[in-house]
Formats: sequence, structure tokens, C-alpha cells
Amino acid sequence: MTHLPISIQLINLFAAVLLLVSFAMLSQRRLVSLIDLFAMQGAVLCLSTATVAWNTGQTHLYFSAVLTLLLKVIALPYLLHRLIRRLNVRWEAEPMLNIPSTMLVGVMLVIFCFGLAQPISELASTVTRSTLGIAMAVVMLSFLMIITRRKAVTQVIGFLAMENGLFFAATSATYGMPMVVELSVALDVLVGMLILGVFFFQIRERFDSLDLHHMESLKED
Amino acid sequence: MEIYFVLGIPLAGALALALVGERDWAPEANVGISLATLSAAAALTFDVIGHGPLLAWNEQLFVDPFNVFLVALTALVGATTSIFSRPYMRIEQHHGRVNVRRLRLYHSMFQMFMFTMLLALLTNNMGILWVAMEAATLTTVLLVSLYRTPASLEAAWKYFILCGVGIAQALFGTILLYLAAERLLGAAGSTALLWTHLNDVKDGLEPTVLQLAFVFLLVGYGTKVGLAPLHNWLPDAHAEGPTPISAVLSGLLLNVALYAVVRCKVLVDGSGNGALAGHLMMGFGLLSVVLAAFFLWRQRDIKRMFAYSSIEHMGIITFAFGMGGPVATFAALLHMTVHSLTKSAIFFAVGHAAQKAGTQIMENIRGLISMSPTVGWGLMLGTLAILGMPPFGVFASEFLILITAMRDHPWATPILLLGLGVAFAAVFMRVQAMIFGEPTVKPLPQSPALVPVFTHLAIVLMLGLYMPPYLAEWYRQAAEMIG
Repeated sequence: MTHLPISIQLINLFAAVLLLVSFAMLSQRRLVSLIDLFAMQGAVLCLSTATVAWNTGQTHLYFSAVLTLLLKVIALPYLLHRLIRRLNVRWEAEPMLNIPSTMLVGVMLVIFCFGLAQPISELASTVTRSTLGIAMAVVMLSFLMIITRRKAVTQVIGFLAMENGLFFAATSATYGMPMVVELSVALDVLVGMLILGVFFFQIRERFDSLDLHHMESLKED
Repeated sequence: MEIYFVLGIPLAGALALALVGERDWAPEANVGISLATLSAAAALTFDVIGHGPLLAWNEQLFVDPFNVFLVALTALVGATTSIFSRPYMRIEQHHGRVNVRRLRLYHSMFQMFMFTMLLALLTNNMGILWVAMEAATLTTVLLVSLYRTPASLEAAWKYFILCGVGIAQALFGTILLYLAAERLLGAAGSTALLWTHLNDVKDGLEPTVLQLAFVFLLVGYGTKVGLAPLHNWLPDAHAEGPTPISAVLSGLLLNVALYAVVRCKVLVDGSGNGALAGHLMMGFGLLSVVLAAFFLWRQRDIKRMFAYSSIEHMGIITFAFGMGGPVATFAALLHMTVHSLTKSAIFFAVGHAAQKAGTQIMENIRGLISMSPTVGWGLMLGTLAILGMPPFGVFASEFLILITAMRDHPWATPILLLGLGVAFAAVFMRVQAMIFGEPTVKPLPQSPALVPVFTHLAIVLMLGLYMPPYLAEWYRQAAEMIG
């Protein structure tokens, strides 16, 4: 086996940690720990982006890394923590979560994503192309998380984790999108989060809970 | 120059209304801003007629025959909707469904929504297109939940989660597109996401990557188009939000999302690898037509029923774009225009009808024509137009789509006809019962705005009988470009 340069090994390590954190999020019932895991995912993403920048000399990736740090490690977790404190759902846990079968579906999704990413990563010219499968898997695992959860806050964390996966995909496939696009996407995420924060209070005011069981009146019968 | 006004006026309007939107004259200001946007769009249109396609702001913005008529249409429907919303929202306020602070939010977000849609249409950058679509989702989430009723919050939540997740898939598709383009255009100047550049090199783009990208883009933007089976958010959002918002959702947002899909299809087709994109669009389109037609039978809420009708028509248009070729694409562009005008006119009439009856449940709305002939006739004529009766423009475009389907894909024709027939029976039966019969409706505290309804229907009627030569020429040029 050939020895990879240390920076590539680091990038692969970060990618593996990212996948691990995604699985941890999938199985985490407690809201507080889920937000911490989300912040950790952001931190790993930031480190990995910085390593890619250092390895390839793509200076704009340093900005991406700083943006990730500010938005996904500091701002969003802070907002989420404040939100659940004010909503008094800090210690709530998700009931009825079949962890073993969710994990199994998750594993199958990862295998599927690796298969799907294989032909594309061969075409990419980046040093990080082997991590594209992991990026796709992170997106799909977040998707699974949104589907399996019944609490509004958890669904939003799943949505944000999906955004993390997409950011990672952009870094590994193409060294990131053009700066103007990355900035506007970050702005959209931040504004979306602020809107949803207000939204949670309205939902709770109307339904006395952030449980989405109560929101099943609109359907075709 | 006009292009900056088209984008700048609604953005400035949104900020201004966020500050002064609770004043008494805010609805009039909203109309004024929308009319100013419309005149800027008209000026832009004349400029493009005179001088041809143009690029602006470091090639980040562009106008070509495909988006120019959509910009004009968006500005027009935006302006007529603001005229309709002036008395409509005053009546809602009178009924105590909204207070002044919510009205401020409403007016500001209405303009913000117009800005995001115009930006999505005018941007040359596929990344900014995505950002604008996501921003349109966020503004409409606020508008759908305006009444703060449990049902409207549920609808808005469903809308946010489904469209947010859906559109995340489109971002992944955009990343894949960038991956394919970067190999040809290079990442340095970041021209690799500019549509005009992509279009120039499309035959060199890697077909496998592009096909996979298109699947993600179609699922992503298709969620916003309301294509079955990704349409779940659409009837709820239409039924629970304020009616002017239902009108712009159906009339404009669905068009803009479909516009994004078609822009992507042009690139995938150009990369030269079979007809995957076209076949996918035809499949999703037919499924939407049939599913919506049968769901139409089960509706009791008038706004939900017309929301399903929008899904059906979006299915027809997607199917037509999927078939491709000059005639089908021409018909699809025409159908986009007439559907947008007719459906928003119907929602205007429906809005006042529901206000008069005090309910959106169709069984309880009776005798519209004897209480208010204009609302009754507006709804009747709009319904006839949307169901494809001649001589309205919808008939012309549906006829063109059907004959092209008969020639190129005979197997699809019976499915389309079945969908159209079932939809006709379902909608006509219910609307007829609401218009005639013993009146149950009450007079309103403000006189309704019916000029927008009849303006739209007159344009649709005109497009069925006579098409201005420059409009036909645009459609032809756009159809040629889309292929």
C-alpha cells in the first residue's frame, strides 16, 4: 500500500469523523446533545475545509472555513441553545425511536451513496474526490433524520446537518462553490434559522407543544 | 439599466414597507411599487425587443427571449395581485383575521417575494438561482402562516420542510453541474456557473455527471413546481394562506421553478446523451396530470380544488417541455403564460367569493351570480378558460400539446385526455353549483377589485384569438433555444 501524504490522510480522517457524527446524530434522542453534535459536525467540517485549503493552496477555502466556523460552530448552535432554553424543551427527549432499524437503513444508505458517487468521483480532479461518497451519505443520513423525527426542532437540526453535507460535497468535489454563491447560501441558512426560531414560538402557542403529531389535520381523506 | 430597476424597486419597496407598512396607505404604496416594477419590466422588454438579449453586472444578470416574457408576466401578475390585495386585505382586517402588524409583514414580504422571483429569472448564475428559489420559499413560509391559525401553521411548516429538503437536492445537483463545468471553464474566474457560458460549452460537458445532476435538480426544483409525487405541500399552502398569495404561488412561483428546471434541461440535452431529461419530465408530468385530476374529485375546499388544478396544469406544461421540439415547446411557453393569467384571475374571484360566503367550503357557497354578478361571471369565465374551452388561450396551447403528443408519443394521448376529461367534469360540476342556486352569500364592507380578474381574462381571450407577432416571435426564439 502506498503512503498518502499526511494532509490527505487528515482529510480522510475528518471525513470519517463527519460520517460518524452523522450516525451519532441519527441515534441521539436528547435535544441538547443533538445540538452539541451539530456543533461538532460543523467543527469537523471547518477543520477539513482548512486542511484542504492548506493542502491545495486554494485561498478562498480559508474564507469558507472561517464562514463555517462563524456560522455553524458558533452562531447556529448558540441560537439553537438559546431557543430551546426559552422554549423550555432543553431536556426533552424523542420518544419512540427505533434506533437499531434506523441505523440499519442508515448503513444501507451509505453503501448506496458510495455506489452512486463512484463514477462521479473518478471524474473529479480534486485530491479530496474520494470523500464525495461520504458527503452524499451525510446528506442522505440527515434526510433520514428529518423523516424519522417527530419534533420540530429536531427536523430543523436535520435540515441544517443536510446543509453541512452539501457544503462538504462542494469542497470535496470542486474545492467549494464560487464565493458569492457560498456567501448567499450561508445568508439563506441564517435567515431561515431566524424565521424558524420565531415560527417555533407560534407553533407552541397554537399547539402547546412542538410535537408534530398535533399537526396532522391537513391531509387527503 | 432597466434591469437594475426591475430588481431594485421591489427590494427597496420591501425594505420601505418593512418600516412604514402599518400605515393606512401601505396597500396603496404596495400597488404603487408593483406598478413601478411593472413599468421597469415593460421598459426592459422594449429594450430587449429593440436591441436583443443583454448581459449586465459582470454577466451575473442576463435577459434572453426565454426569461424576458416571464419577467414581464411576473411583473404584470404581481401588479394586478397587489391591486386585488388592496381591498381584499382590508376586508380581512375588517373581519379581524389580521392586525396592522401582520399587514406590515404581509406587504413587506409580498415585495420581497417579487424580488426573489425576479432575481431567480434574471440571474445568469445557477448558484444564485438556487439561492433566490430558497429565499422565495422563506418569504412565502411567512406569508402562508400569516393568519397564525393552527391549520396555516401546519401548512407553512409542511411547506418549509418539504420545499427546504427538496431544494437542498437541487443544491447538490448544482454542485454536480459545477463539477462538470469546472473541467471546461476552470474555477478561477468563476464563470463555471454562469448559464450563458455553460450553454456555450454544453456539448463538452460530461454526460454521466450531468444526467445525475439533472435527476437531483428535477427532484429539487420539481418539488417547488408541485410535480406529483412531490406535491403534498401545494394544496395546503394554497388553501391556508391569504388568497393574493395563492394567486402568486400558482401564477408565478410554480412557473419560476419550472423555468429553473427547463434551464437545466437545455444543458443536459446539449451534453448529448439520449433523452433522459425529456423522458423524466414527461413521466413526472403525466403522473401529475392524472393524480391531480382524480384528487380534484375529492376536494371540498374551493382553494384546494384550484390548487390541484394548478398541479394538473404544471404537469401538462412539464410534459410538453419533456416532449421537446419547436411546436411542443412553443405550446408549453404559451400555456405557462395563459395558465398563470387565468389561474390568478380565478383566485381573485375565489377570494372575494369566499369572503362573501364566509367560508372556503364549496357546499356552503351558493348563488354567487345573483348576489354579485361580476364575481360570479369572473369565476365562471375563468373556470371555463382554465378547463380549456375555446376560444380562450388555454384551449390553443392544450390543443397544440395534444396534437404533438398524438404525433410523437401516441401512447400518452389517451392518458392526457383522460386527465383533462376527469378534471373538467370535477371542476365544472362544483363551480356551476356555486354560481347558480339559492344565494347564501353576504355583501362585503369594501367593494371588491374586479378589474384584475377581467384584465387577465381579456388577455387570455386575446391570446386564444390573436397573438401579437412579437410575442409569437419570442416564443419561437425561446423554443428554438430550448429545443
